[in-house]
Amino acid sequence: MGKLSVRDKLSILSDAAKYDASCASSGSAKRDSRKGGLGSTEGMGICHAYAPDGRCISLLKILLTNFCIYDCSYCINRSSSNTKRARFTIAEVVDLTIEFYKRNYIEGLFLSSGVIRSPDDTMGEMVEIARRLRNDHGFKGYIHLKTIPECDPALLEQAGQYADRLSINVELPTDSGVQRLAPEKKPQTIRRAMGTVRGAIEEKSEPTLRTRKKPRFAPAGQSTQMIVGADPAPDAVILKSSARLYSSYHLKRVYYSAFSPIPDSSAALPLMKPPLMREHRLYQADWLMRFYGFDNEEILAGSPDGMLDLAIDPKLAWALRNRHLFPVDMNRADKETLLRVPGLGAKSVMKILQVRRYRTLRLEDIGALVQSIEKIRPFITAVGWSPGGLTEMENLRARLSPEPQQLALF
Amino acid sequence: MTEDAGTASEYFTISLKTETDFEGWRKAARALAMSGVPASSVTFLTPSSSSQSLFAGASEPLPNASGDITFDIAKSFVQKAQTATHHSDADRYDFLYHLLCRLLAEPNLMKIASDPDIRRLEAMGKSIRRDAHKMHAFVRFRKTGDMDARDDEAHYVAWFEPDHFIVEREAGFFTRRFAQMNWSILTPKGSIHWDRETLTAGPPARRSDAPSDDATEELWRTYFSNIFNPARLKVKAMQSEMPKKYWKNMPEAALIPDMIAGAENRAKAMVAAMPSTPPPTHAAIRDRHWRSAHMAETDNAPPPPANDLATLRKQAEACRLCPLHEPATQTVFGEGPADARLVFVGEQPGDKEDIAGQPFIGPAGQLFDSTLEEAGIDRSSVYVTNAVKHFKFQPRGKFRLHQKPNGDEVQTCRWWLGQELQLIDPELTVALGATAAQSLLGRSMAVTKERGQILESEGGRQVFITVHPSFLLRIPDERHKADERARFRDDMIAVRELMAA
Repeated sequence: MGKLSVRDKLSILSDAAKYDASCASSGSAKRDSRKGGLGSTEGMGICHAYAPDGRCISLLKILLTNFCIYDCSYCINRSSSNTKRARFTIAEVVDLTIEFYKRNYIEGLFLSSGVIRSPDDTMGEMVEIARRLRNDHGFKGYIHLKTIPECDPALLEQAGQYADRLSINVELPTDSGVQRLAPEKKPQTIRRAMGTVRGAIEEKSEPTLRTRKKPRFAPAGQSTQMIVGADPAPDAVILKSSARLYSSYHLKRVYYSAFSPIPDSSAALPLMKPPLMREHRLYQADWLMRFYGFDNEEILAGSPDGMLDLAIDPKLAWALRNRHLFPVDMNRADKETLLRVPGLGAKSVMKILQVRRYRTLRLEDIGALVQSIEKIRPFITAVGWSPGGLTEMENLRARLSPEPQQLALF
Repeated sequence: MTEDAGTASEYFTISLKTETDFEGWRKAARALAMSGVPASSVTFLTPSSSSQSLFAGASEPLPNASGDITFDIAKSFVQKAQTATHHSDADRYDFLYHLLCRLLAEPNLMKIASDPDIRRLEAMGKSIRRDAHKMHAFVRFRKTGDMDARDDEAHYVAWFEPDHFIVEREAGFFTRRFAQMNWSILTPKGSIHWDRETLTAGPPARRSDAPSDDATEELWRTYFSNIFNPARLKVKAMQSEMPKKYWKNMPEAALIPDMIAGAENRAKAMVAAMPSTPPPTHAAIRDRHWRSAHMAETDNAPPPPANDLATLRKQAEACRLCPLHEPATQTVFGEGPADARLVFVGEQPGDKEDIAGQPFIGPAGQLFDSTLEEAGIDRSSVYVTNAVKHFKFQPRGKFRLHQKPNGDEVQTCRWWLGQELQLIDPELTVALGATAAQSLLGRSMAVTKERGQILESEGGRQVFITVHPSFLLRIPDERHKADERARFRDDMIAVRELMAA
């Protein structure tokens, strides 16, 4: 193998990172460069570009190396894959990050890696990259480190000093899935690492007796990713798993990554296009749990197969299975109830609550406050509006579903 | 502001100094509104609109406010109006004056989000915030001159085309971010320059004023084309966030058409590629790292009995005897000296114990510790453990609600507790609560009835019965709570005396 240029390495090691779903750069501590250094974080993440796959590019998302001693069937970098391998030096990653940042291409670095030699060696190099960015270059931008769960907890401790966010992938929604597709990974080890990070975040956020400045630890919290569609776990199992992860480790996000076919695929996996709509519905269901007061079990309660409906969004599907709770009176219902009306988002609900203190709401008023009144009408009453039998109508689902697409003949 | 006010027939044309002259508008609007001038009698002109206007020229003198009228205007209006002055809508100042007049009559208007005027104001703000956000995102600096120059000498220049008059407004974002660099942002609506100390605003610029290339762009384009997954083509999603109008000034966007065109064939090739034979390195890696690991798989049967606590603890880490191992973080095993004379058994670990991997460290554990101290029992001389070694819970948002382990789970986990007690062989075992008593005695019983008693287990162990300390934490009534705490302390004193006897 000849010597690779930085550009060659960048093409290999960004290509290898493209299956990772997360790219968020929001919610960290505020920092800026007025007293030296480079960069800022101001709370809101910034997407600097979008790729034709619809995903945002906020961070330089690369692997330190795609050599890996693990053999996870869903991963292009597994040891049995014939993919082209490359490895950045520490200085190369630091330089790329700084030069990209100065031109305003990125918000910072998302660094992941295959595991070479040992988890500690690899994690040690990742921590060193973050340390150099922060200490040698005064870098104030965002740093997300994908943690290797098998590494020494002391390295986690250091990683949290430099990184804004740490993430540890649970990989698959069930332990049996991990055993089957990622046989060298141990689900307990992954959970223990997430527990260590939660513990460190809590410890560092406790008020200190003296007013000394507290050492920072992953101020943007921790997140995780699970691959969807590589194993047979139904959506109900996935949501249950997410609910446990949110409650156990206080995660900022669970990312769902639709299993994507990979070149040189393992025989253990389905060869098909990624189930993108399923991924989308899972994100919607995840929002229902985090922002709309839904319990993971009720989202799919009464669904025959434990799968989210691909044709309609999960809140509408839930409402159609729970018609006895509708219609909701827009002038009287409390916030929790309003949040459960299909088509009403959290922002619309806030506006409705505020406006109705001064005005009694008619259907037209509601129409002015929401994206589309069509979806909402069958589920609400307002002054001068009652859905009559609409809520109970047999074909309500069909009326509210998007037009079916004509299938291609060839 | 009635029709018969003296000024109603007069017409005012106010020329503002700049496109974003909020203070000029504010001063004029205040004077006009206090004199009761209706919105239909006022026109505001900005430099760009006055060049197209027949009324170009000096402003009319403002009316003198009659008497001592003052007014309070919602703070949110002032702030939102200021934002709206950055909008490119030529009519914006007239609209804001119209809104001001309405606000004087309807003080709650700002809170009526369904009102058409309020919706227009909100839409203007949203459009400006979006434009600002896109500027933060899509400005692309190019380094001019020597590529190796240090940042205090180098100059970075960007060309950007905003929809609204936001360039100066957004300067702060770039000065905070790139404080130690010299840079300029040039736009058709004005330019800003930063020399690492001061910000200067300049006239509108042309695209040709900005540099056309930077060697680093080739690396950026390499990144952009490779981070894209052709199996997930979603062109509409991309364009809704990055509309085509921005593409011409983004170096990477020129690649997009080819990326889209080639995506389907690339994705098909990915699916069609047959799994190939693993490279020779794979076998070597297996031998070096995983030969032993694959052997250590635990199955769903208890391991052979261990000869010491350390081995037993290691075995318990991999326990999968009941389904509780999957949601829990880790096995929380007992802790304390292997030759302890006294063993305490609780129910199961809680949230804190589950994260730390240690028993009795949460609120109930702290209460337990302080009670032992009050009763004169040395905490470091006793062994504490739980009937069930994994935390059972129900998720509730960011919290985990403790769930009582069921009979099967208690029964299954008795295997570990039995091994622990056999290896330690204590003189007395204290059952904290019903679950512990059930596990130790092999039958369910009423703790309140048997409390303070010493019962004998099937295996002939002496078991002292008392409550679980978490019971004390759940008592809402303070007096009752204090009574129960005293009773629990008395139980511990009784235990100490039993051990001394």
